[in-house]
Amino acid sequence: MAALLDVSSLTIGFGDAAAVVEDVSFRVEKGRTLALVGESGSGKTLTCRSILRILPKAAQLRGGSIRWTPGTDGAALDLLTLPERRMRDLRGSQISMIFQEPMRSLSPLHRLGDQVSEVLHLHQSISRAEAKRQVLAQFDRVGFADPERAWRSYPFEMSGGMRQRAMIAMAMVGRPELLIADEPTTALDVTTQAQVLGLIKELQAEIGMAVILVTHDLGVVANMADEVVVMNRGRVMESGRASDILGAPAHAYTAKLFAAAPMIPATPSPARAMPHDDLILDIRNVSKSFTMRAGGWRGPVAVTACRDVNLSLQRGKTLAVVGESGSGKTTCAQVALGAVQPDPGGEVLFRPVPGAEPINVHNMTETQRRSFQRQAQMVFQDPFSSLSPRMRIQQALTEPLEIHGIGNRAERREKAAQTLQLVGLSPDMLGRYPHAFSGGQRQRLSIARALTLDPKLLVCDEPTSALDVSVQDQILTLLEDIRDQAGLSYLFISHDLAVVARIADEVAVMRAGVIVEQAPPGTLFHDPRHPYTRALIAAQPEPDLSRPIDLDLVAQGAGEPSGWPEMFRFEGTEAPVLRELSPGHMVRCHV
Amino acid sequence: MSGTQPDNRFVDTKPWVDADDLSAPERADFDASAWQLTWRKFRRHRLGLISGLFLLLCYLLLPVAGFIAPYTPNERSADYLYHPPQSINLWHDGSFIGPFVYPTVAEPDLVNYRWTYVTDATRPMPLEFFCEGREYRLFGLIPSDTHLFCAPEGATVFLWGSDRLGRDVFSRILYGAQLSLTVGLIGITVSFTLGIFFGAIAGYFGGKTDWIINRAIEILRSLPELPLWLALSAAVPSNWGPVAVFFIISIILGILDWPGLARAVRSKFLSLREEEYVKAAEMMGARPGRVIRRHLLPNFMSHLIASATLSIPAMILGETALSYLGLGLRAPAVSWGVMLNDAQNLASIEIYPWTAIPMLPIIVVVLAFNFLGDGLRSSLDPYKS
Repeated sequence: MAALLDVSSLTIGFGDAAAVVEDVSFRVEKGRTLALVGESGSGKTLTCRSILRILPKAAQLRGGSIRWTPGTDGAALDLLTLPERRMRDLRGSQISMIFQEPMRSLSPLHRLGDQVSEVLHLHQSISRAEAKRQVLAQFDRVGFADPERAWRSYPFEMSGGMRQRAMIAMAMVGRPELLIADEPTTALDVTTQAQVLGLIKELQAEIGMAVILVTHDLGVVANMADEVVVMNRGRVMESGRASDILGAPAHAYTAKLFAAAPMIPATPSPARAMPHDDLILDIRNVSKSFTMRAGGWRGPVAVTACRDVNLSLQRGKTLAVVGESGSGKTTCAQVALGAVQPDPGGEVLFRPVPGAEPINVHNMTETQRRSFQRQAQMVFQDPFSSLSPRMRIQQALTEPLEIHGIGNRAERREKAAQTLQLVGLSPDMLGRYPHAFSGGQRQRLSIARALTLDPKLLVCDEPTSALDVSVQDQILTLLEDIRDQAGLSYLFISHDLAVVARIADEVAVMRAGVIVEQAPPGTLFHDPRHPYTRALIAAQPEPDLSRPIDLDLVAQGAGEPSGWPEMFRFEGTEAPVLRELSPGHMVRCHV
Repeated sequence: MSGTQPDNRFVDTKPWVDADDLSAPERADFDASAWQLTWRKFRRHRLGLISGLFLLLCYLLLPVAGFIAPYTPNERSADYLYHPPQSINLWHDGSFIGPFVYPTVAEPDLVNYRWTYVTDATRPMPLEFFCEGREYRLFGLIPSDTHLFCAPEGATVFLWGSDRLGRDVFSRILYGAQLSLTVGLIGITVSFTLGIFFGAIAGYFGGKTDWIINRAIEILRSLPELPLWLALSAAVPSNWGPVAVFFIISIILGILDWPGLARAVRSKFLSLREEEYVKAAEMMGARPGRVIRRHLLPNFMSHLIASATLSIPAMILGETALSYLGLGLRAPAVSWGVMLNDAQNLASIEIYPWTAIPMLPIIVVVLAFNFLGDGLRSSLDPYKS
């Protein structure tokens, strides 16, 4: 029997340049999941867009065919030559697509119900009442607690996970035979990702559709795929059954991807508590609440970003703060750097050299501030926005020295060249502009800029979350090397436990503005106590078929704090106290 | 397929090397400064490029307008009032003579009570080149009396006709360009300085400063423009010389234009301030002045230039409107608006349509600025290919 979708020798290019998708072939069987794996620029998105013929205008199809064989005895159609009218009939009804950015793929001006039911009205003549019935049923299926309310709401009223569920509802309501999911969970928190993946899998089993899952995450592949196609620079490197490829990657590139994928150790062992005798940074009782202006004539509302945070960073070590978006981890970092003033009662102490008189970061004299700015630097998340496009690399790297009036021109240039070498780049780059470089290269530049002042403390705000897996691996290695070479201390903010597992000496897990558990990574993975920590660990997709995501654990821990077991539950807004269960392992619970 | 194994397994057999040159630019085509990238893109915007070249030519001609014009702006030919446009011919009776004009003679039309001009098509009179005429100042400084071309003795060369005092419209348009085109530049400088200053401090500091500046902008924008112009220009003492009036007019235009620009600057600042490179600079200890100068301004200078190009036409039109109403520049100063002031009378436009010719350069220049601005704006984001 013919495969549902048969892509053969597909070649796509732009202008006169070499092809960006070259000779790509794969088949998707009915009801099966094919994962298209690759890093940015590998051509995976173009490939799946060409199935729906929604390529950018400048792209040329240079060859190959895409054959679509719907139903049990349907004739094969060539999707590349099908008239546009017939193609429109296919889109949304037989083949549908989920995009990466749930906020940008839903129209902000239309209610969810109208957007989702539009799919039905486009492809069949159906009464409004019947369409609404089907959409509500679909909303119920994708996990909206109150489908009627979801029908009436606008996308901006919903969280990212909920919006992605709405997108899935929209893609599924027409009961397609093939769902193309282009990085459907990349923009989501790990616990939400686990739930969304679980949902796709469940719905797939229910209506027996095939799925093409585009992803860069081998962990997601292991949890979802039957077949795998690994792409690099527009070519298929390796394809075959998931069990074969994940079990024994045959191509060097696949092997490289596996080596780079961060993992939570399979058999963690408890680690010794980190000593706290020479603190470089000491965050004490920090809370931060913002007042937000409510609409209309109502008074301002206080929103608590973080509460009762105590963190201490040993000199030369890495303290990681892990949590989902909105957990208060970034606020912590900003408070630690003095960019945000904490509520009265909290203080942040910084000791530049061992045994020195600590500086209170939020109550500094002008000279103290200058020296603090030299000793504490930050590495940002988005490598594309952290370097000014109008400045040459040399200007960007020497700017901190200029601000602090260090050295003359030649010395500054020399220093910039040195730091470039330190981050593994060649000093030839000094005269260039950052926009010619890739995300990983820019992230190195951004690290270099932070290092030019020879700081003692580096605050890294999700420095690798915008990067590809293999680049992420390189950057983490670089950060580790620099830490050990220069004796730096890191405050590392992340949402990814597997990344943290590798680099951190101590991990603090945050949820709803409070630290719920804190321990060295070994201890944390060996013996996670808090339901939320367990959910985070369970939700982490591992590139290992024997360790699938445990959705029950995720659902319990990642839900509202009121759904946690009695021992961990909050009373109103009052959280239980953080208790030390064993040396160096603290959990927020009632005993 | 070459590498297909049992179980549909495929492995690419082409040699694969993990070639990662860490220092090689990923996008070699972007390996240039933002200005160069913008220029590369702008070059492909044909309409914008042509308009830009045209405007460049116009501005280059301004200082030498006196040399190109056959007459000086206020030179009267009392015998040739409301003379219709003359053509310059090359061929007479089938033989090539070179550029020449036919002389004309004024005859009173006693029925319609006006002058009519009869062309004597038998006597071609060649134009003189690099000839001596009335004295003017080259670049506004060097006295000179050489003109590119002038009418031969006994004939006239009114390319676009003459006005009610017998002045050459073509020459006056060239001289008028000197004021009409520069009024936009001076106005835009004033409006830019004010707009960037207030927009920048409102956008960067936010809070109370932002509130006060925004309210000020709203108040300024709520004033009806035309009466305000009128009031301001009426306040200019009538005994001031034409140059003083010109400066005041352009400054008035600039003062009334800045609020729009300040708003654009402010909103751009608000979005740029969130960029991580700005935060990085602040965390390094850069002071606000430095952040604004080194990080914010360069990154939206190109937007500013595009919006300036789009607001110069408004200035030119503003000057024209004021002068047309008789409230802007006054004779003996020459600008396109002042010339159109003569064309206020519908009857005279009907009988002497060429007195409205100054509208043409206005339209062309305003269009050119708009095309240029549009071209600049579309090439501002050079990183999208």
